[in-house]
Amino acid sequence: MTLDLALFLVLALVAVASALGMLLSRNAVYAALYLVLNFVTVAVFYLLLGAPFIAMAQVTVYAGAIMVLFLFVIMLLGSDALPKSQVLPWQKPLAIVMSVLLAAEAAYLLVTKAKPAGDVLPPAELVNTTENLRQLGNALFTDYLLPFEVVSILLLVAMVGAIVLTKKEKGAR
Amino acid sequence: MIPVDYYIILSAILFTIGVLGVLIRRNALIIFMSIELMLNAANLAIVAFGSVIQNFSGQIFVFFVIAVAAAEVAVGLALIVEIFRTKKTIDVDQMSSMKG
Amino acid sequence: MLFSESVNTGFLFLAPWLVFFPVIGLLINAAFGHKFSERTIGAVASVASGAAFAASVLLAVTVSGAHGEAMRWRLAEWIHVGSLNLDWTFRVDSLSTTMMLVVSGVGTLIHIYAIGYMHEDVRFKSDPGRFRRFFVYLNLFIAAMMILVSGDSYLMLFIGWEGVGLCSYLLVGFWYELDLLGRPSWANSNAGNKAFIANRVGDWGFLIASFLIFYTFGSLQFDAVFAKVHEVNEGLIVAITLFLLIGVTGKSAQIPLYVWLPDAMAGPTPVSALIHAATMVTAGVYLITRSAPLYSAVPEAQHIVSLVGAVTALFAATIATGQYDIKKVLAYSTISQLGFMVAAVGMGAYVAGMFHLITHAFFKALLFLSAGSVILGMERGHHHAEHAHHHEEAKGKRKIGKKKVESGGHDAHDDHASTGHGEVFDPGDMRNMGGLRKTMPVTFWVYIIGMVALSGLPPFAGFWSKDEILLDASRHSQVVYWLLTIAAFFTAFYMGRQIWMVFFGEARHEAAEHAEESPRVITVPLMILAGLSVLGGLLNLPFDGFHNLGHWLEHTIGEVEALGLNLQVAGISTVLAALAILISWFIYGRKPMAKNQNDPLESLGILFKGMNGKWYIDELYGFLVVTPYKTISHFLAEVIDWRFWHDWFHEKVLMATYNWVSEIGLNLYADQKGIDAFANGLGAWSQNLSAALRKVQNGFVRSYALSILLGVVLILGYLLIK
Repeated sequence: MTLDLALFLVLALVAVASALGMLLSRNAVYAALYLVLNFVTVAVFYLLLGAPFIAMAQVTVYAGAIMVLFLFVIMLLGSDALPKSQVLPWQKPLAIVMSVLLAAEAAYLLVTKAKPAGDVLPPAELVNTTENLRQLGNALFTDYLLPFEVVSILLLVAMVGAIVLTKKEKGAR
Repeated sequence: MIPVDYYIILSAILFTIGVLGVLIRRNALIIFMSIELMLNAANLAIVAFGSVIQNFSGQIFVFFVIAVAAAEVAVGLALIVEIFRTKKTIDVDQMSSMKG
Repeated sequence: MLFSESVNTGFLFLAPWLVFFPVIGLLINAAFGHKFSERTIGAVASVASGAAFAASVLLAVTVSGAHGEAMRWRLAEWIHVGSLNLDWTFRVDSLSTTMMLVVSGVGTLIHIYAIGYMHEDVRFKSDPGRFRRFFVYLNLFIAAMMILVSGDSYLMLFIGWEGVGLCSYLLVGFWYELDLLGRPSWANSNAGNKAFIANRVGDWGFLIASFLIFYTFGSLQFDAVFAKVHEVNEGLIVAITLFLLIGVTGKSAQIPLYVWLPDAMAGPTPVSALIHAATMVTAGVYLITRSAPLYSAVPEAQHIVSLVGAVTALFAATIATGQYDIKKVLAYSTISQLGFMVAAVGMGAYVAGMFHLITHAFFKALLFLSAGSVILGMERGHHHAEHAHHHEEAKGKRKIGKKKVESGGHDAHDDHASTGHGEVFDPGDMRNMGGLRKTMPVTFWVYIIGMVALSGLPPFAGFWSKDEILLDASRHSQVVYWLLTIAAFFTAFYMGRQIWMVFFGEARHEAAEHAEESPRVITVPLMILAGLSVLGGLLNLPFDGFHNLGHWLEHTIGEVEALGLNLQVAGISTVLAALAILISWFIYGRKPMAKNQNDPLESLGILFKGMNGKWYIDELYGFLVVTPYKTISHFLAEVIDWRFWHDWFHEKVLMATYNWVSEIGLNLYADQKGIDAFANGLGAWSQNLSAALRKVQNGFVRSYALSILLGVVLILGYLLIK
């Protein structure tokens, strides 16, 4: 067992555990913190896969910005556990059964049919961080310039939308 | 030397946990977090495939997904706050006005 | 002629900005105009148009720097279907830059003028909100016209062609709920429809010609088409050129499709000047000039074109002589002058045609804008007179009178309708005018300049261009030459008649008595245009070394013989013009028309009636086309569709058969016993099923998510076992 593989297995365990922690915790704040942990482990996976830029984006945008936003909203709305509900009694067992089916099907399909040729990943050492950044930047600002600009407009629109949605209307209430 | 299958299976597991979160939790915020988890799982699979075929497009795609996710979270959370203001709850089972 | 890499492209990158500038202007006005003041709106639109003019100048400099070489600027891929490969390419050569300069230059002046004109117009017609809309349309027109003149293919030209047609329609019907005198009516919107429909007939010709061009040459791109002119069947080229001529008769108002242009005067005056005199209507002349290689290959078609132009020139000139409306006279004059141009390009005298196009743009825009200034002056005078009456009436009942005065211009429209002298006052009727030279001196002088330029007296612009056309005509065809010469005589006569009626003698209406001069924003563009009308001839004097326009255009349309001054032709036309003005003085100037006096020309009897009634062509078209069309439509709708199909076939035949079959056979046996039972069972079953399914639609978002997951699992399962 190589060092890489060991690292992977440990991290995978942490990732699954933290995801389950988010799924099962009663308190929304705990859930958010578990998710942060999960995102950070995924960021490490990106490093292992030779994508340092994405790893950093993952940490700053997801684990940083997005989750902080979540925490703010949780603070705003309260993190208490919800009272028990009697509607949809069949929801939980059905959901678990079907999810397990989905996981099995998806993994099987991805591994057997959708997988690209060549089934081992390159060792992480081969990828030079500066080179990766340079190429990524080049691609982003040449071939993908238009999508890039469109995304910037999308972010602006989302910002305006968020403000408009949460703004209290004058004299409405 | 990690087989790509491992990543795929991990991605599938994380995705499924996200699906489960959407289906069995009633707290709108946690449902939303679960959606983010699913996005992450998909991203992981994309980067893993991209690294196998030695191509950048995967990473660029993931970059865009992250950007769009940021926009989606901003609007989504705003919607949740607005829903909380009108309904005074974030339990999705208390909302059934779409009933046919 | 082809673009080569070695040429210095200079300012060529500005080519798409010809279109972008006005579009930016119109977008700004459309989006934010409601917050702007009138001045800001006008300034934005004028700057947008002025920027297009600046770009045109730089492009012209670039072209002349490249020794007239045609250049192209490819903006985007457009249509690539089968063997049709078209890009959105701007063509910059000496011909297109000439058109760009005229369109944007005259256009900008008219934009500025329109700030002053529309300020008063929207108030007289009591809807200030339309000020912005007007400038949005005007900028849209400039953009479309730029596409038209800078397109590198027939299809792109067609896009611009349709675009200007749309703008023309929008602007003719600008006051769509009024008529010419501001009364509620559909007259203006009908005029817009007429313009649009008449142009549609022409556009049909253009489209057929385009199809034929693609069929014949396998391309719509100009150079590719012209390169193969001598390789294809001549008959096809004749067909193409004649179908193009149909398009030209529509857009450039030639016989037989000219009827829309006089009605188009329903639009505000700046529109009449910009679209229906200076620029859009010359698109047809531009089209023929652009297609010069096609026309030059088929002399038969050229003859037809020049005959159409010459006949139109004379025909419209006679009608102009019998009109009373100041703008209608100019409208028919425009048709007549367009006839001159079409005749010229038809004879292959492309330079003369383009020359006349340019000078005509100057002096006809000048005349229309001055006419607008006259109309505004008359309206002001009328308003003034009305208010004087109000003051007198209000002495006894002060309050009401005061209120009237305060509401000011906004009530003007109501004032027109409710008071007056038992009839609606027409500020455009020349019989109401007279003596305006004292009250509107600036307008008077620029009008005189425009009139002399149009009449063709040396050394004004109109003389040189018209003379060049006449000279070409005298060498090509005596018929065309004499038609045009007589038309020129009539031109001078009706312009003289107009001048004497409008500006000399005594005021024949109290509005004319109180008329006031227009503000600077209106008179300054007039003076600039007047200067251009005086000096425009310098572009192409018939002396060696002065054939500037000819040398400029020959890069695009090939060598054209540069003609000198022919004293005989020039002499005849000058003497005739002077004679015509003298006769008009004899009739109208020596003893000015008095109030309510009939036109002295009415003594011509039936001849004047014909001229005044526009030779009853509208009625003829009504009789030949519109009425039969309506009759046939009515027949089809009322008799064929309603009575035959509906009343008889459907109601009687089908229904009776159906009833019989269903009553006897189906109802009794099949239906009640068999199908009813089945259908009722089916209904009950589906009712039960839907009652069950209804529970699925429970409004809980989580259970919907579960349904989605179910679907995903099923699809993945299908993919697995497939």
